[in-house]
Amino acid sequence: MPTAEATVTIVENPSGYSLPDSHRRYILWSILFGFAALAVGVFQGFAQGLNYAGINIFSNFPGMRTYYQGLTLHAVLNVFVFPFAAANGWLALTVARSLGRNLNGFLLALSFWLMVAGSLFAGYIIVVGKASVLYTFYPPLRAEWPFYFGVVLLVLSTWTISVAQLVALAGWKKEHPGERIPLLAFVSIATYVMWDIASMGAALEVLFLLLPWSLNLLPGSDPLLSRVLFWFTGHQIVYYWLLPLYVSWYTMIPRQVGGKLFSDTLARIAFILFIVLMPVGFHHQYVDPGVAGYFKWAAGILTFAIFFPSLLTAFSVMYALEMGGRARGGKGMLGWFWRIPWGDPSVSAQVLAMITFLPGGITGLMNASVDMNLLIHNTTFVPGHFHMTVGSAVALSYFGLAYWLIPYLTGRELWGKRLALLQSWLYFVGVLIFARGEISGGLLGMPRRTAISMINYAPLPGWKLAGALTAVGGSLMFVAAVLFFVVLAMTLLAGRKTRPVVDLPFTSTVLGAAPSGNQLILDKISYWVLLSLTLVALVYGPFLLTHIPPTLSAPPFMGY
Amino acid sequence: MEMLAEKLEKGYVWLSILVLVAFFAAIIYASVVLAVVVPGDSGQIVPKRGETLFAAVSRTKPFDQPGVHQTGPNSYDVVVLGQAWMFNPAAIELPVGAEVTFWGTSIDIDHGLYIPGTTVNIMLLPGQIGKQRYRFSRPGQYRIICHEYCGMLHHQMTGTLTVK
Repeated sequence: MPTAEATVTIVENPSGYSLPDSHRRYILWSILFGFAALAVGVFQGFAQGLNYAGINIFSNFPGMRTYYQGLTLHAVLNVFVFPFAAANGWLALTVARSLGRNLNGFLLALSFWLMVAGSLFAGYIIVVGKASVLYTFYPPLRAEWPFYFGVVLLVLSTWTISVAQLVALAGWKKEHPGERIPLLAFVSIATYVMWDIASMGAALEVLFLLLPWSLNLLPGSDPLLSRVLFWFTGHQIVYYWLLPLYVSWYTMIPRQVGGKLFSDTLARIAFILFIVLMPVGFHHQYVDPGVAGYFKWAAGILTFAIFFPSLLTAFSVMYALEMGGRARGGKGMLGWFWRIPWGDPSVSAQVLAMITFLPGGITGLMNASVDMNLLIHNTTFVPGHFHMTVGSAVALSYFGLAYWLIPYLTGRELWGKRLALLQSWLYFVGVLIFARGEISGGLLGMPRRTAISMINYAPLPGWKLAGALTAVGGSLMFVAAVLFFVVLAMTLLAGRKTRPVVDLPFTSTVLGAAPSGNQLILDKISYWVLLSLTLVALVYGPFLLTHIPPTLSAPPFMGY
Repeated sequence: MEMLAEKLEKGYVWLSILVLVAFFAAIIYASVVLAVVVPGDSGQIVPKRGETLFAAVSRTKPFDQPGVHQTGPNSYDVVVLGQAWMFNPAAIELPVGAEVTFWGTSIDIDHGLYIPGTTVNIMLLPGQIGKQRYRFSRPGQYRIICHEYCGMLHHQMTGTLTVK
């Protein structure tokens, strides 16, 4: 047990720090842009949910001709633009605030405009029907070049924030030699460092294979190599969606419920594990031919290992909730749970999101269970799983975050607190019904990414009930999301200007950071990056060495 | 409270590790003892200079002859080509108890070969040779589904497998 704690004066004391208005504006715009993308995306999601009940409303959607065009737009907006833009704003703010140092204003602006430009390029070409390749964009399906170019800009936008964070950290270190990095800054920067490494796979794929191919500069595509590079990024991207909310769960929620974070060290270790346990993407390719057992089993083991930091998170967060509940008079083994501040929409949304993350995580572990994948790969079990993770643990938590963050950034009070509360519960119930439908359908063989409302064979036994539940749950999620956008829009337009939130609700810790000793190694992010790259070389090295140069033999296909 | 919490934390960490290791042991048991295995690397079809991928697939055994081929008293090779938007062959018949080796590939884009109610689940990728084994012990009609998005009529890419 540490006898002394590193100073955490940053907590509780906002004096001496102010966010310049121009920075505040870009952070707010970035988050709002993410929510705007989500708003367009959930309209598509609504139509997709109905599809499973055999109802086809796609032809009535403006600009949407096919199920697959709508699905491409749904995913690109909801899992690229929305989480990228929201994380860019949110984790730029947390780093600036916790280091007490502003990020470079030019980089903040650059990141925002890259995000807008990327969304316009990719969004335009999807809407005109020339990029219905889904968000996985496997070649030889080929989109027109603005799609790949747009994706490049979106990723550049995230890298720009990472650079701004690292520049701020370097400046802070010069002024604070020998000090521990404040926890909030550490976890925020670790999230982006993880993503910097993770995004390399798709970046290489798009820059060197797909973008030149879409401009007819290459003779063909290499379908398997592209899948491998995509999934190197495609799994870790889920942590890039999730970790910005872990930042909220670890460092804000304890304070919001009246508790404290148990251990500073445990929090840092969890984030470090996400950086180190990088090469797990092959678990999306268990049933791919051309990928040997070594890669699949290595990814399987590492995926089980990367489940561990999420178990750590469950402990830390639940301990904080219990402390808060007991401080508010909760008694007994579980009585504290009912005493956390359920009347605060920010708390209720995020705690409900955590609850959906339990089945979300468990179903993820089932997906990752090597031979179990033979039953569920590419069935609706998979979207059933990830709507409880990115569709709820992430999206619903961002709703909860917005309930204090938007008032902080705008100086306006939250409009419609009761509506916000209702919204969080409705979304929670909706996503559980939706996931129940998709998961049961998947176990009964219902394929994902398929226009079920237009199949030319009789649905298999059980698909109808599964599809109906999916449609009902999806519709509730849609209504709840619309309620969120109503609350958000009314707050921006009609919220009373009272400066209701003056500072980020930082938590303090029970066991703080040790000022000296072994723990100092935790802050050496470069060590963990090296370890991560070593693991990547061990798992991906043999595959890349035998598949480069690529076999560019598959001609393009645009039948969508 | 804090001392207790520290003890709980240690216990929780070890329990977490134990649970994950136990789960993984179950997977290894299923793979090794029950022989439920995922596909591996069975080779690649690389076109010669100037040759199309389609031509290369068509001359490569066993894909020169899609269909059902008996290879032993109770064992069969089922050779399936995926193409937009059909399976070749689209209807397969097998006797009860058949030990089947599926050989699959694609002549154009990524497809999937999935038979609900079985562990037949493999991607059909252009230029990659897919191989998977399954024993059909129950008679009936099975549905073959393409479960990898392959363009406009993906949802109509389907077939049947009859076991009698």
